[in-house]
Amino acid sequence: MTTGDRTGGIPVREEAHSAREAAEREGRELTETERAIAGAESFSPQEALARTELAEGQDLEPGFREPMIINLGPQHPSTHGVLRLVTQLDGEVVRDLHPVIGYLHTGIEKQCENKTYWQAITLVTRMDYLASFFNIHAYTMAVERLLDLPVPPRAQYLRVILSELNRVASHLVWLGTSGLELGAITVFFYTFREREQALDLFEMIAGDRMNTRFFQVGGCAEDMPPGFEARLRAFIEAMPARLDEYEELLSENPIWLQRTRGVGILPPDELVGLGVTGPALRAAGVDLDLRKAAPYSSYERFDFSVPLGARGDAYDRYIVRVRETRESLRIIEQALDGMPEGSHIADDRKVVLPPREELASSMEALIHHFKLVTEGFVVPAGETYTAVESPRGELGCYLVSDGGPKPHRCHIRDPSFVNLQALRPMARGGYLADLIAMIGSLDNVMGGVDR
Amino acid sequence: MSRAAALAGFRVTFSTMLRKPEVIGYPERKTPVFPRFRGRHRLWTHENGLEKCVGCSLCVAACPADCIRVVAEENTPERRVSAGERFAHIYEINMLRCIFCGYCELACPFDAITLEAEYEMSERERHAEIYTKEMLLAPHPKPVPVRAEEPDAE
Repeated sequence: MTTGDRTGGIPVREEAHSAREAAEREGRELTETERAIAGAESFSPQEALARTELAEGQDLEPGFREPMIINLGPQHPSTHGVLRLVTQLDGEVVRDLHPVIGYLHTGIEKQCENKTYWQAITLVTRMDYLASFFNIHAYTMAVERLLDLPVPPRAQYLRVILSELNRVASHLVWLGTSGLELGAITVFFYTFREREQALDLFEMIAGDRMNTRFFQVGGCAEDMPPGFEARLRAFIEAMPARLDEYEELLSENPIWLQRTRGVGILPPDELVGLGVTGPALRAAGVDLDLRKAAPYSSYERFDFSVPLGARGDAYDRYIVRVRETRESLRIIEQALDGMPEGSHIADDRKVVLPPREELASSMEALIHHFKLVTEGFVVPAGETYTAVESPRGELGCYLVSDGGPKPHRCHIRDPSFVNLQALRPMARGGYLADLIAMIGSLDNVMGGVDR
Repeated sequence: MSRAAALAGFRVTFSTMLRKPEVIGYPERKTPVFPRFRGRHRLWTHENGLEKCVGCSLCVAACPADCIRVVAEENTPERRVSAGERFAHIYEINMLRCIFCGYCELACPFDAITLEAEYEMSERERHAEIYTKEMLLAPHPKPVPVRAEEPDAE
């Protein structure tokens, strides 16, 4: 942590200096983030204070302290990865804060432009690493829509099962880590114990524990292996009792209540204005769930409810997520019961790799195989936007095709990135300790924010 | 804080103490993997000793991480390495780049390359992570147990 005083040798000051030099060299104004960083140096403390007061339209009270610039992150255990917050503190009160992002930037969107549609699947899955199935789901749906390729019902049900299982795993990570940040260490061990079982199921069906490439254009890579259904049924049978345990530990825990009740409240219309989606929005009582509002992958065939909160504080977000987990388990059970017969992938030889057993016998299959692997399939020119309801909100893929075998542009609307901008209005005027609870309750995954 | 609420919370904690531990004593005991798990690559040979790989470079085309390098050469009557016309003179996989997506395995029309169960691949030097053909043809020195396919309950 670094203060903004003038004793020298301070990283923030050096960074501010280089930012100002760069701006001068390029003949431009400082960006807002740079101004926030430069706040330590650009004004005297009195000037900075006067500006803050002016912005808020309050009078200067006698005995007011000088504001202090504190760097929270990027290497801070409670920022869920590499989020950096330049906070302006008055004692323990957060006067202002600026998220500085980009520490986990991987350029995946740009890399997709140099890979065939088939290869790009392995890249998009690595963005929001806790919701890898949702990343591919949005992407493959976009490609399928451009190709006008119908997905067989069995593949849709498999996608629903794995998406919901992924939602359970993601919410378990969220519950464990945000409990950890607020001092409830026990929950962390319990949720990760259950998450391990979910990851085992991923490994069993997809071969990977986290960054799978199981969803392919046209369906799923493989069918369920023997024993998968029994293992999954055992998991969804055991889970409700485990969720009861977590709730027993947290829901009425006085420390948890005091740390989360009334923390991070924003009015619903402001949340909508900021583009916030997912549990953070539903906790404020806004009924927006893409699985209901714009059903995809045959979600309209499942009976489930969308949990809503009332106040929209961190506690409501916790309740909404735990209830959502229960709903996910219900959806998985329904999907297993109603699993349709048929193929797990579309039968389109121009897009889908031919079955392996045909490679040895059919020359035509071998030619298709070579063409698909070396050149990839061609997607008709056009653009589309498809969105899925990820554990964090609306995860959309905007895909532009120029008629070639590679995407012309692949943009992902990641909910973590959009939800992050609600942090500033939320945290202003609150306590620094509550800021940690707010970051936790928004559930940002930095891999998704920076992409 | 009421005593009943505190006890309710501790009930979960104490009951968990009586459960069987979930941890595995790694590295003495290795976590078994499922049959579909994709770990270290392995190149295969036919029963007569000839290599299955014919150096067609389809795995190179499929690899999204660009981690495979293949230089093919012609088989001659004096030096016959593979069953096809050509063979892979150089076959290298950069394990630092590999993302274990298994596309090479999918792309290979001759089942010459597969991804096996082994997941312990750390080395002390970076250049040791570039696996050569000889390393990929030999079985891994540190084998990992594979879970048996469980019969479905139905």
